[in-house]
Amino acid sequence: MTGVDVLLLALGAVAVGSAVLVVSTRHLVRAGLYLVVCLGAVAGMYLVLAAELVAWVQVLIYVGAVVVLLLFAVMLTRAPIGASDDLDRPGWPAALIGGGVGLGLAALLVDAYRWTTVSLPEAGNAERIGEQVFSSWVLPFEVLSVLLLSALVGAVVLSRPDIGATADRGRSR
Amino acid sequence: MPLWLELVIRIGGVLAAFLVLPLLVGQAEHKVMAHMQGRLGPMYAGGFHGWAQLIADGVKFVQKEDVTPRAADRPVFRLAPAVALVPYLLALLVIPLGPNDLVGQPLDIGLFFVLAVVGVGVLAVLMSAWASANKYSLLGGLRGAAQLLGYELPLVLAAASVAMAAGTLSLSGIVEAWQPWWLLWQAPAMVIFFVAGLAEIRRPPFDMPVADSELVFGYLTEYTGLRFAFLLLAEYVGIVVIAALTTVLFLGGWQGPFADAQLGWLWTLLKVAAVSFVIIWLRVSYPRLRADQLQRLCWLVLVPAALAQLVLTAAVRLAM
Repeated sequence: MTGVDVLLLALGAVAVGSAVLVVSTRHLVRAGLYLVVCLGAVAGMYLVLAAELVAWVQVLIYVGAVVVLLLFAVMLTRAPIGASDDLDRPGWPAALIGGGVGLGLAALLVDAYRWTTVSLPEAGNAERIGEQVFSSWVLPFEVLSVLLLSALVGAVVLSRPDIGATADRGRSR
Repeated sequence: MPLWLELVIRIGGVLAAFLVLPLLVGQAEHKVMAHMQGRLGPMYAGGFHGWAQLIADGVKFVQKEDVTPRAADRPVFRLAPAVALVPYLLALLVIPLGPNDLVGQPLDIGLFFVLAVVGVGVLAVLMSAWASANKYSLLGGLRGAAQLLGYELPLVLAAASVAMAAGTLSLSGIVEAWQPWWLLWQAPAMVIFFVAGLAEIRRPPFDMPVADSELVFGYLTEYTGLRFAFLLLAEYVGIVVIAALTTVLFLGGWQGPFADAQLGWLWTLLKVAAVSFVIIWLRVSYPRLRADQLQRLCWLVLVPAALAQLVLTAAVRLAM
């Protein structure tokens, strides 16, 4: 086992552990903060795998924007300090499904690759990712951007009664 | 030079900059604000023009009791100042001071790295705001988060424009590619980056999250002693980081009138000092923006202007 393997395993353990904490803690806002740890550990795994750009994109988008937005929304609505005992969520189906999917995927991957070694391609720097995205993957890239744009337009229409949402639907509860 | 020695020197240099430059900016702020407002400012500590005032402040902060409110979420409350400070320390690590790798850690995607870690600072605002269990803190934190989320977009777009112009994401590479006429070509991006950067570090006129006349002191309200000092230090390191980034991206970094190779570090420091001066100047000159003015400026002025600048940059790049 090399140092890289150890590091990868340790980061994986941090990611899985904090992910479990996200869904099991009764502190609403702390769940969001555990999510930061989890996503940060995933970014660390990208770094260990020499995918520098992807790692920092992960930090910029997920930690810097998505989780912040999530925490913002939680604090704007209801964010008590301390445990929320009224959270209604039976744990065992989620544990069953999550554990089952995780184990199933792991078994599938282990079965598919066994002891095949895959030599890593050269480091995923910005230049290579840019070339790939704008040559062989340009169609998925464009489709994704159209999807995001339509989501954006949809959000604008839904939130503004004067152009889309009818007034009474906007006020219904 | 053995590797470990080089590493120690580089990290030591960055740490020294991290500890000294914010104090210089703080001292300059005392003096500049005093002169601009026609008053004395702190004049006694240390004798000559109160030069030791910041040291006295530091000693005072260390002596104060470290209070954590009873209703607060202790671990989060106590962790927040560190989360505020570390991103700026990491950002300083990759900002080049001069040519030939005179930088803490040369990084191919330095620009991306800086933007990513500076973005993490928002978390500290939310953590300190929520964990304080104080309604003023929470209000300040919500204002802060709304502001930071909005202004991150023009910040990144303006930085993307200059990265596109230089054809690289490396901060040193951008300075090398920089030419004086970029001052004109990238001028809108520079203004956008600077204004969005001001908002990112919550300096006046974008200090609505800490608005002291409405919210006591926003998300900093419940902090005392050393933790408060760390949060304040984060603000001043933020000034240094934004000034340094503006310098490196838009003002040509170490490129000066003569002797770039030998005196590059001096030109960089001079430009950083000049930009920091402007940041202090703006604090004295402009009243605080209201919430709606703030969002309007961001979404209706800065974002469209940044997109237009991107188009302009692309057009000029293609034409060249």
